[in-house]
Amino acid sequence: MSRLVRALRATALAASLCAAPAAMAEPAKQYFPLATFRVGAYASSGIPSWAGVIDYFRYINEIEGGINGVKLIWDECETEWAVEKGVECYERMKGGKDGSPVPIFLPHGDPVSKALTEKSVADKIPLVTTGYGRTEAIDGRVFPYSFTVLFSFWSEASSAVNYIAEQVGGKDKLKGLKIATVYHDSPYGKETQTPLALLAKTYGFEDIQIPVPHPGNDQSAQWARIRQIKPDWVFLRGWGVMTPVAIKTAAKTGFPVDHIIGGIWSGSEEDVRPAGSVGKGYLAITPFPASQDFEILKKIKAAIVDKGKSDLKDLKSFGSVYYNSGLIEAIISVEAIRTAQARFGNRPITGAEGQWGLEHLVLDEDRLRAIGAEGLVQPLRLSIKDHEGGGAGKVLQWDGAKWTIVSNGWVKSDRELLLPLIYERAAAYAKEKGITPRSVDSAEAAAQ
Amino acid sequence: MSFFLETLAGGLLAGVMYALVAIGFVLIYKASGVFNYAQGAMVLCAALTFVTLTERDLPFWLAGLVTLAIMVTLAVAVERVVLRPLVNRSQVTLFMATLGLSYVIEGIAQLLMGASVHELDLGIPDLPVALGPIQLSRFDLVAAASAGALVIALSLFFERTRIGVALRAVADDPQAALSIGIRLPILWAAVWAVAGFVALVAGLLWGARQGVQFSLTFVVLKALPVLIIGGFTSIAGAIIGGLIVGAADAIAEIYLGPLLGGSVSTWFAYLLAVAFLLVRPAGLFGERAIKRV
Repeated sequence: MSRLVRALRATALAASLCAAPAAMAEPAKQYFPLATFRVGAYASSGIPSWAGVIDYFRYINEIEGGINGVKLIWDECETEWAVEKGVECYERMKGGKDGSPVPIFLPHGDPVSKALTEKSVADKIPLVTTGYGRTEAIDGRVFPYSFTVLFSFWSEASSAVNYIAEQVGGKDKLKGLKIATVYHDSPYGKETQTPLALLAKTYGFEDIQIPVPHPGNDQSAQWARIRQIKPDWVFLRGWGVMTPVAIKTAAKTGFPVDHIIGGIWSGSEEDVRPAGSVGKGYLAITPFPASQDFEILKKIKAAIVDKGKSDLKDLKSFGSVYYNSGLIEAIISVEAIRTAQARFGNRPITGAEGQWGLEHLVLDEDRLRAIGAEGLVQPLRLSIKDHEGGGAGKVLQWDGAKWTIVSNGWVKSDRELLLPLIYERAAAYAKEKGITPRSVDSAEAAAQ
Repeated sequence: MSFFLETLAGGLLAGVMYALVAIGFVLIYKASGVFNYAQGAMVLCAALTFVTLTERDLPFWLAGLVTLAIMVTLAVAVERVVLRPLVNRSQVTLFMATLGLSYVIEGIAQLLMGASVHELDLGIPDLPVALGPIQLSRFDLVAAASAGALVIALSLFFERTRIGVALRAVADDPQAALSIGIRLPILWAAVWAVAGFVALVAGLLWGARQGVQFSLTFVVLKALPVLIIGGFTSIAGAIIGGLIVGAADAIAEIYLGPLLGGSVSTWFAYLLAVAFLLVRPAGLFGERAIKRV
């Protein structure tokens, strides 16, 4: 028997000696799947966004040696921004790669994020939706794996109203104003109707809603109505071709373009450049301020772009709204993984651990300064009850060639006014779907 | 009243823009009986080629000529590679071939020229023009004039030139046309080339209106009800159909939309088209098929 035990020990020792060099040569890596869209109708927004993500990952690997030594690896799966392909990519990639799990999934599309809401809970993979996604997912007790980080659509609407208030001399001056929302006639476009109705009731402005059918390449009827109603401001919530057509149609109906505030997805260079010279003065509210002057962009330029390692083919997009949106998503993802590593160890993080990292993510001014993202990313503090963490945007103005930040820092939303209604809607969703909301204490205890 | 007139006029002008795309469909259907689903992709390809060339500092006129040459080459290639091998196949087969062709053209155009959104400035100021109590777009007026000129030119082409007359003969009876020595492949290539020219005009005007981007292909969605209403074989019908769709869409959006609580123009044109199909299946100006039984 003892001979057999000795033989087994010797075999095990030999096996470990053989395996050890391989393990030392190949340290554990963190897999991060990317459901990209580089072809199709929305490729013009996808290409710079994914370049922002990939350039930051390359920067983390090459300059910082990975996240606490754990390098990032990624695969792309083409979705063409179609829901069914997005779901297919998620299913294909959710199992991880070479034993490395998926810590976070970026759906990169409002419809696909909604399609994945329940799957992500079953698979324990957090979905990070920056500037899109279901607003009620702010309540992590009901939506444990959906993270509407940064700026929900409700916050977008509220910040736009607050910016108008700043321009007219205070919230008390909103009374009697007419604010027309020209929106993409889709679930995404309708998402701000409830908060705007509440804000209109609170501040006394008139809330006018004007739908534009997809894709929005002719809006003569909608802007004729605007000309008839004569609103003081227009809040434009478009997508794709709808935005430049809106700007051009506004100009030819004589509506002042500098009184149109585009929403998050009406506020990129790709949205306003096709409108040509008439787009000069157009405003947009965004959590993704455009500029190459942020410290982290200077670092990426030196380490990645200037060395020919950027994912961007057209360097004109470096520092654009879409590029920076990808960069911000990547920063939040990396910081959530780093937070999770502090709790679970410096190794690849699972989806459940990624959820913990996101729910304990704190990006304060000091941390943002250390990253070089001060001014680019708003200060964030996420929790189980708050999967948004921020809720502010900056206002940009198009000068005919580029965006300029015109707001005085981040324009905050009225979260204290909106949150009770958001929690109410989340509770209604939980009731409808038979979900038992997590209690904050039990969720914390489960993570111990 | 002035608001109603302004809405109506805006709708009519928008309708002319849809008619521009519909004319491309009519040309090919008239000559070969093929419903060319790839017309939207041709509009995108023409506009993307033109804007890519002008961005490389080619003069406007030279970019136009080079684009036209590329569109004619594409047309001849389509005739040789896709249509000729499928001759005498059913209309569904030909339709499916053009459906596939549209994806191929879109994919290759994006592959070669990129997926970025481009501004296209034709030098036509897009500012409001006051005509009495109503206000109209200068750009839309120029676009309507261009469409009018195009219709006149195409009508003259079909009525006065040998190719035009031959095309009409082929459309009326391909067998009889062949028996008197008309060469079908050359005619098909010619008509696809003219459709390419129409795609270029439509692409430039639509591209200037909304930017040159992938969504240019979506304009075909509104061209379909225009064709159903105007008739698949009439160029004048395409214009009249466009005017009807544009005006009805705009008026429905303004007066019916608020009552129904949403936008209606996505489906209203199709509702109108279905109504026309029930009453007048060949459309207002389409040729009614008469068969000996």
